[in-house]
Amino acid sequence: MAAVKETVRAVEALEGEKYAHGFVTAIEQDFAPKGLSADTVRFISAKKNEPEWMLEWRLAAFERWLAMDEPDWAKLNYPRIDYQDAFYYAAPKEKVGPKSLDEVDPDILETYKKLGIPIREQEVLAGVVGSPKYAVDAVFDSVSVVTTFKAELAKVGVIFCPISEALQEHPELVRQYLGSVVPVSDNYFACLNAAVFSDGSFVYIPPGVRCPMELSTYFRINASSTGQFERTLIIADKGAYVSYLEGCTAPMRDENQLHAAVVELVLMDDAEIKYSTVQNWYPGDKDGKGGIYNFVTKRADCRGDRSKVSWTQVETGSAITWKYPSCVLRGAESSGEFYSIAITNGRQQADTGTKMIHLGRDTKSRIISKGISAGKSSNTYRGLVSSHPKAIGARNFTQCDSLLIGKDCGAHTVPYIEARNGHSTFEHEATTTRLSDDQLFYCQQRGLGSEEAVALLVNGFVREVMQKLPMEFAVEAQKLVAVSLEGSVG
Amino acid sequence: MLSIQNLHVSVGGKSILKGLSLDLPQGEVHAIMGPNGAGKSTLSYTLAGRAGYEVTEGSATLDGQDLLSLSPDERAAKGVFLSFQYPLEIPGVPALTFIRTALNAKRKAKGRDEIAAPEFLKLARAAATGLKMDFEMLRRGLNVGFSGGEKKRMEILQAVMLSPSLLILDETDSGLDIDALRIVSEGVNNLRSPDRSMLVITHYQRLLDHIKPDKVHVLAAGRIVASGGPELALELEREGYDKYGVKEAA
Repeated sequence: MAAVKETVRAVEALEGEKYAHGFVTAIEQDFAPKGLSADTVRFISAKKNEPEWMLEWRLAAFERWLAMDEPDWAKLNYPRIDYQDAFYYAAPKEKVGPKSLDEVDPDILETYKKLGIPIREQEVLAGVVGSPKYAVDAVFDSVSVVTTFKAELAKVGVIFCPISEALQEHPELVRQYLGSVVPVSDNYFACLNAAVFSDGSFVYIPPGVRCPMELSTYFRINASSTGQFERTLIIADKGAYVSYLEGCTAPMRDENQLHAAVVELVLMDDAEIKYSTVQNWYPGDKDGKGGIYNFVTKRADCRGDRSKVSWTQVETGSAITWKYPSCVLRGAESSGEFYSIAITNGRQQADTGTKMIHLGRDTKSRIISKGISAGKSSNTYRGLVSSHPKAIGARNFTQCDSLLIGKDCGAHTVPYIEARNGHSTFEHEATTTRLSDDQLFYCQQRGLGSEEAVALLVNGFVREVMQKLPMEFAVEAQKLVAVSLEGSVG
Repeated sequence: MLSIQNLHVSVGGKSILKGLSLDLPQGEVHAIMGPNGAGKSTLSYTLAGRAGYEVTEGSATLDGQDLLSLSPDERAAKGVFLSFQYPLEIPGVPALTFIRTALNAKRKAKGRDEIAAPEFLKLARAAATGLKMDFEMLRRGLNVGFSGGEKKRMEILQAVMLSPSLLILDETDSGLDIDALRIVSEGVNNLRSPDRSMLVITHYQRLLDHIKPDKVHVLAAGRIVASGGPELALELEREGYDKYGVKEAA
């Protein structure tokens, strides 16, 4: 058991100071007054120069939120959040949005560098000729500061812009779809988001258009005690296709920071959306202090027949993760997929999974979840698969695998299965294994250091999901797996 | 040259090796034979540095450098390679990835750059051909779903790729049919070299028909009780281990 002991020792040695993204950029911020009230909501809406209906929508959400209780059913332990003790809006002080990179604050560019935004994407941002095509809508704190390739996207009719901009330029589209997948009062955190969301991305792919490039957004929390509330809305019209990449990191902080995002995906007939996330927010120090609280509501509505959505996530960060990217399979023969890698180390707690709601006939879903727990962390898969009376011929396959490193961590699998018709086929497989000393020794005998051995074994464990990530993301994600378990051994 | 002096090893508080001494000069192949429970696998695991094998007394050096104070990966970097009796399965990690990672770790320890992909693939193809292995197998999870014989071939393939200075073969013949035994033995014989020593640990003489040792040692009750030329293996085959005060387990 010595190898495991070694692992445990190293997990104990995990120090927050090592967090590669723990730095603070000194940029002037424009704050909303601290605390949360109807006035805060008005302040944010006014800052964004929003239409009246949007303000009404936000205020209604705020009223509903006041009457709601914070959920406590997840297997998570954290002190009560004081919602009055946070700033709800912080924007870099820029009078006018920058038109080119030259106009962007060098500190912000420096931040991207530290974030390790891949060279090719820096090239994209720098406008290097011949660089690959990625449209990067970078959310720096709460306001998008750079949007690239908009013109090229516009040629094929794709709209990709900050949602605040969409509210100015395409209010009819936003109004039609906003809150139609995740209703205002869906849950406590989504409701809070509806009231105070600051920005996020908006994507519209017109009928029959295959988006000519991967769309990518970087989120980053930068101001101390600033709740980050993105709102993302993606609409794939009939026969449209888009692949969307979301990556996240955040600097080190002493106080826990609240993050409550909402992502809504709308799919019409024959539409397809691939949504990939790599989440690497600050997990807190070795006692869990200072980490991000991540309460996210992500949902896809497959309204159209034969529409297809897939969520792929690599979750390695945050002190608390509460996240269940879901699929409402309304259209006949629509399908939903959920591929997840969740790694917890130190004192991290993750309660994550998915919901596959089969409403239409012959709908299909597939869930592959790989949870890795190390240190004193807790990792829970929570999933719902349900078929409603009209969902004749619904099919689901679920596989949940858990890997334990050390003896002080926990892995839990909580599947809910509800079949409300006699013509559904649901399969569920689950395994829990401990990282084996024998395998570790075998790798070490071949010359691998203990950390390298753990990274190799874990990457093998999650390979099936890694392969679902777009190539350019998979390489980073693989490194991230090694980094998040770094200091977890030797 | 491997030099073991008066080695005492306990596993879980139980004394297994009790004063084992052995000199294996560079370029030579020595066989260690012995009955079940004599401590053969304990010797190989101890040399490789497996946790739980507690050295209570004695020393082991490779080319004059102490082995016992090194971690398993440091020993590997020094050139120690153990061909496992029961090779492990590593799901999701293709054999090629595994071997390239190991090879690069070794190169890094020597201050060398990582191997270029074309060069690596060329070496791997040649090694697979030499061991009559389908190259496509190297793209699958290491040893996952492999037969006993395939796993042993994969061990030798790794040895070929990693080019160790001390090769320890722990019961490499177990679980092999006669054809596989011949192929694996050929692979091992091709690895014979003036700057490589081999320790062939086996229960049966038949492996030594294929891999001719320079010397044979009898390990019984935790010590080397007899040493001689290849004829000693034949004698053991005829007369068993009774002479050395141990009853052969059925």
